[in-house]
Amino acid sequence: MRKGMYVAAAAIALCLASGPAFAYTAYVSNEKGNSMSIVDTSTMKVVKTVDVGQRPRGITISPDGKFVYLCASDDDQVQIIDTSTLQVVGSLPSGPDPELFVLSPDGKTLYVANENDNLVTVIDIASKEVLAEIPVGVEPEGMGVSPDGKTLVNTSETTSMAHFIDTSSQEVTDSVLVDTRPRFAEFTPDGSQVWVSAEVGGTVSVIDNKTRQVVKKINFAIPGLRSETIQPVGVSITADGKKAYVALGPANHVAVVDTKTYEVKKYILVGQRVWHLAFTPDQKTLITTNGNSNDITFIDTATDEPVQSVTVGQQPWGVVVSPK
Amino acid sequence: MKRAILAIAALIAFLCLTASGFAADQKTKPAEVRIGYLRAYAPRLTLSLLDLPPRDEGVAGAKAGIKDDNTTGKFMGQNFDLDVTEVKPDADVTKAFNDLVAKGDHFIIVDLSTPQILSIADMARDKGVLLFNVGDRDDSLREEDCRINVFHIAPTRSMLADALAQYLIVKKWPRWVLIYGSHKPDQLYADALRRAATRFGGQIVAEKEFKDTGTARRTDTGLAQVDQQITAFTQGFPDYDVMLVADESEVFGTYLPYRTWSPRLVAGTAGLVPSSWHPASEQWAGIQMQNRFMREYGRHMLSKDMNAWTAARVVGEAASRTRSDDPKTMSDYIRSDKFSVAAFKGQKLTFRKWNLQLRQPIFLGDGRAVVSTSPQAPFLHQSSTLDTLGVDQPETKCTLK
Repeated sequence: MRKGMYVAAAAIALCLASGPAFAYTAYVSNEKGNSMSIVDTSTMKVVKTVDVGQRPRGITISPDGKFVYLCASDDDQVQIIDTSTLQVVGSLPSGPDPELFVLSPDGKTLYVANENDNLVTVIDIASKEVLAEIPVGVEPEGMGVSPDGKTLVNTSETTSMAHFIDTSSQEVTDSVLVDTRPRFAEFTPDGSQVWVSAEVGGTVSVIDNKTRQVVKKINFAIPGLRSETIQPVGVSITADGKKAYVALGPANHVAVVDTKTYEVKKYILVGQRVWHLAFTPDQKTLITTNGNSNDITFIDTATDEPVQSVTVGQQPWGVVVSPK
Repeated sequence: MKRAILAIAALIAFLCLTASGFAADQKTKPAEVRIGYLRAYAPRLTLSLLDLPPRDEGVAGAKAGIKDDNTTGKFMGQNFDLDVTEVKPDADVTKAFNDLVAKGDHFIIVDLSTPQILSIADMARDKGVLLFNVGDRDDSLREEDCRINVFHIAPTRSMLADALAQYLIVKKWPRWVLIYGSHKPDQLYADALRRAATRFGGQIVAEKEFKDTGTARRTDTGLAQVDQQITAFTQGFPDYDVMLVADESEVFGTYLPYRTWSPRLVAGTAGLVPSSWHPASEQWAGIQMQNRFMREYGRHMLSKDMNAWTAARVVGEAASRTRSDDPKTMSDYIRSDKFSVAAFKGQKLTFRKWNLQLRQPIFLGDGRAVVSTSPQAPFLHQSSTLDTLGVDQPETKCTLK
């Protein structure tokens, strides 16, 4: 009897220690599977897999969590998926071969990179109309928007630049050279910096948003791995702005970087060819997409240890987590 | 005295004017970088219609590269132009070369024979002109005949042969029969395959030369005799895994697959072919390159197109990274440790310092699809696995001059 009570107490203590397991929903685009996996972040299980358009890559969600936007690259459109029914309820005129996009902080405007046309397309979500097409460098891909929504950053892969776009005038105001094949742009939460990954260059450039100068280039080195395999793609920065996570592609690791010292604190082993990342809204978990092992990895951000990998569809590309 | 003062004043005024003129110029007119393209061209016959080289083979790649350079240049205040000149194979190229230099071309893409390249290399060096070789595979041009101002984008025969050999060894198909043509390029390719066999543990169990007796490449009766001829020709070899073929001259190689006496694979210049690009490569964002090339030029992108695209990008990269159109500044940058270029091959490409050959992965494919890319994972190297392909630094005969 007494033993039983101890066990119960221990169980309660354990429960308290781990905190309330909040259930969020993660949406994963499976590039080769033409599908989207819906994952419960508390049980870490795939709840459902739904068919979507061809070659789904970039994925994001409306601020209210009601709609998922998905780049169906080979269908030349952005699909709108109702998160309550998981049905495709409409599409946006993205222009050809949309790969990656970013939603304005107010959720009203979608900025899409069109790789084939050297353009950034600006779409009004309510009217589903193209508001502008902004010429940028060759093979635009990475898209980041400042927290105030005033500045958009697009990276062009063959041009190796981060293009700063004034969202009110819809013009490129600065173009900053970074290392070869920039893939992703992420603003710090205070909007003071943009972190740009360079896949072939193997670095992350930190750009000051005021001066539009590169203030730091972060290099990566994993013992036992050849430098060519280190190909930074996705970057996610914690809401408190203290840590940045960088997905290193075929190096199969995620780097944890101290945003103050720019020092790499740790390399976390995940699945094969890790490309994109997303936090749960409580920031306790980071989810990675591992394209070549067909899985996603959950990372505990308190310990920066991988918790579990979960098989999803074929070649997971992007991931987004519901805000609620 | 007065006159002296006046003269000084005039001089100052003149200097001011030119200085301000220059400043204004900088703002309004983009910096101009002219790239030359010098090629030897004559129509040639191939055994398969699909292998007929398009009229603008290579040139279209350079144009695509210039286009990409200009998209970048728009943000840098730099503009790139291409001057294309054509001569006959084996013609004297000095005049054509001098004409390009007179136009202001300090970077010239060359698709020429080894003697033609060597005939202008030293002149080019003395004029501060860099040549980018996109068509010549001769190892000698990177070894005993290497030059300090000739960069090689095209891979050598030894790089291609090594790429193929690595794959065959990884597949555990190590016993080879080597069939080679009677022309010099065929024999050089055969040499490269023999070298690759020793290097990676392949065994050439038999060799045979296929003599070019000057037969027509096509006749109205078609392939009636070819099957008989090839079956008989390939009879009587010891047991082997793969038939290697060295026929750059397009005399018989294409006829080997499916017609050999033994049911064996064919690789080399026919069957599984190593190359610097493959028109079906989609990996490493290659699909984007393929799409825009097809859209612009209405055909598939071939190896020579990719070589020329890369050459144009090397120059573009030098201009944007140095923010300069000064040939000396750009050349110094291309030679420096900082230089690298991306060309849809999964990693950055750099030049071998000892002979100015571009390090690069090699595609292995048949007429339809990419089968693999080399270097193959089991083959290691102390500095770059790409240096497992071709002549490595300790073996080089090159002294850059």
